[in-house]
Amino acid sequence: MTAGLSRRNQPNPNKPFPTHIMVFLAPAVFVYGLFMIYPLFDSLRLGFFAQVTRGVEQFVGFDNYITLMTDDAILQPRLLNALKNSFLFFAVNMLVQNPIALMLAAVLSTKTRGGLLYRVLIFSPAILSLAIAGFVWRLVLSPLWGIVYDMLKALGLGAYAQPWLGLESTALITLALISAWQFLGIPMMLYYATLISIPNDLFEAAYVDGATDWQVFWRIKLPLLMPMIGIISLLTYIGNFNAFDVIFALKGADAGPNYASDTMMTFFYRTFFGSGFQKADPHMGAAVAGTMFVILMAGVLIYFFIRRRVNSYEF
Amino acid sequence: MGWKSDANKQQLRTLTPAIDWRHLTTKILKHWMLIAFALLSTAPVALVIINSFKARRAIFRNPYHLPTAETFDLVGYETVFAKSQFQVYYFNSLFVTLIALALILLFGTMVAFALAEYSFPGNNLLRLFFLLGIIIPIRLGSVSLLRLIDSLDLIGTLWALIVVYIAGGLPFAVFILTQFMAQVPGELKDAARVDGASEYRVFWLILPIIRPATGTVAAISIIPMWNDLWFPLVLAPGEATRTVTLGAQQFMGQFSNDWNALLAALSLSSVPVLIIYFISSKQLLQGLTAGAIKN
Repeated sequence: MTAGLSRRNQPNPNKPFPTHIMVFLAPAVFVYGLFMIYPLFDSLRLGFFAQVTRGVEQFVGFDNYITLMTDDAILQPRLLNALKNSFLFFAVNMLVQNPIALMLAAVLSTKTRGGLLYRVLIFSPAILSLAIAGFVWRLVLSPLWGIVYDMLKALGLGAYAQPWLGLESTALITLALISAWQFLGIPMMLYYATLISIPNDLFEAAYVDGATDWQVFWRIKLPLLMPMIGIISLLTYIGNFNAFDVIFALKGADAGPNYASDTMMTFFYRTFFGSGFQKADPHMGAAVAGTMFVILMAGVLIYFFIRRRVNSYEF
Repeated sequence: MGWKSDANKQQLRTLTPAIDWRHLTTKILKHWMLIAFALLSTAPVALVIINSFKARRAIFRNPYHLPTAETFDLVGYETVFAKSQFQVYYFNSLFVTLIALALILLFGTMVAFALAEYSFPGNNLLRLFFLLGIIIPIRLGSVSLLRLIDSLDLIGTLWALIVVYIAGGLPFAVFILTQFMAQVPGELKDAARVDGASEYRVFWLILPIIRPATGTVAAISIIPMWNDLWFPLVLAPGEATRTVTLGAQQFMGQFSNDWNALLAALSLSSVPVLIIYFISSKQLLQGLTAGAIKN
């Protein structure tokens, strides 16, 4: 073997680091390190600084964080509201999108004529931008055009028709449902992939013993799906905690009406760049990002903690 | 998959014909549900596209009809092209996505090859380093990123978006490609080495083998880049550097009462992506399936 260090060889600590490995690693490590890892950690650092006079930064410890959590005028109420909304946004996605995706995947993983076509169609909104899909729904939900109103009337539910996107009580849930609608195909495909990879012999015996599809699903397939349910829950959490595009596109930076659709990410945007009612402050923005970082990491840790506790099945 | 157990069930069914009825009802219910969800997923966008070709009155009077000779009208598209620079937005989006994608794939396969092929000190640490980027969204680093891009004089240029998208796309690409790289048989590489090939040559030789994985990574990486609203807004919001997503979003904010223009702008930003999707959907979904099983 010429150029050495195949994976079967033990590394020799006395040898200099081989050039060809450096060449393979350098471009990616450089770009990713400089434009992703460095900004992430530098942003955390900036959260502990403040601008004293023009162009002069000073270390202020946890002051930004303390202001963020105690300033009754703007920041604290906005933060609590955005936190609540972010969790609600995640919860709607988790409770609506996840079960529907699982149900569709379970149905599609049985022998279905036209299965590929169904998958292609149901997945299709996921390739559009959230801003575009959001606008499509804004038109479809518009009382002026009346598409959804027609549908509700046809179902005999005309009395429930309301301008959901505009009402304080329903704006956020409507936006969350639009996002759940759009990305339904992703968890569906992941569940589907797991389901079709379960070897047949695992449930063939059950069928021979007279089990129904329903029983086979609940007793055999669902337990095998548990690890995937965990992964998808984590992905839903990471993806939705940062919800921004659909809210910004439809409701603007102020996430109206009256901040009813404000999430952590729109709050971060406003704190960072400012808006009509809030002064732009990059350092406070960095503190908001730091808060989000901690909340995200907490979620990830909870996931790994639960995962270690729950047995996973191998097949 | 599944044919064997179906054959078994078939046998059971021929023994007890009563089950057939239940089977038929389930089947009808199943397709009913799937058709309902397929409609729910596609009808909103389809309605927008259909009505973008109609005169204003027809949009409101009969939104469910296809455009006829009488109602056909391109006024929305005329407004969009007269009042905005959609052709520029397309060019910008294509430029950014294609360059970023090419470099993600190149750098990603190089790292994946090194991680899977060599055991060197820090290999596992490097894997973790890249995994970090899958868990933490790059948007949280925006405050510092804006400064960095500013100090590099890249603010308001498409290159700002390109470097950020490469950095953001690499973790996923490295994650998937490393797993595929690990499966390339060792004999192949050793045979090349015995023939005196350099390590670069070995890398070059196995690239065709992992092409299916590269295709999957390409299809999955391109979607968030094309659709992103955040970084165009933060790093390059000017008219000349607007991408399709940002351009359409800004245009629709300005013309929010011109329904013809709104529908046309929405169609212009979604139809090209949908066409590419429907052409490549089989590969994309199969890739997604294969990728999910591997992980």
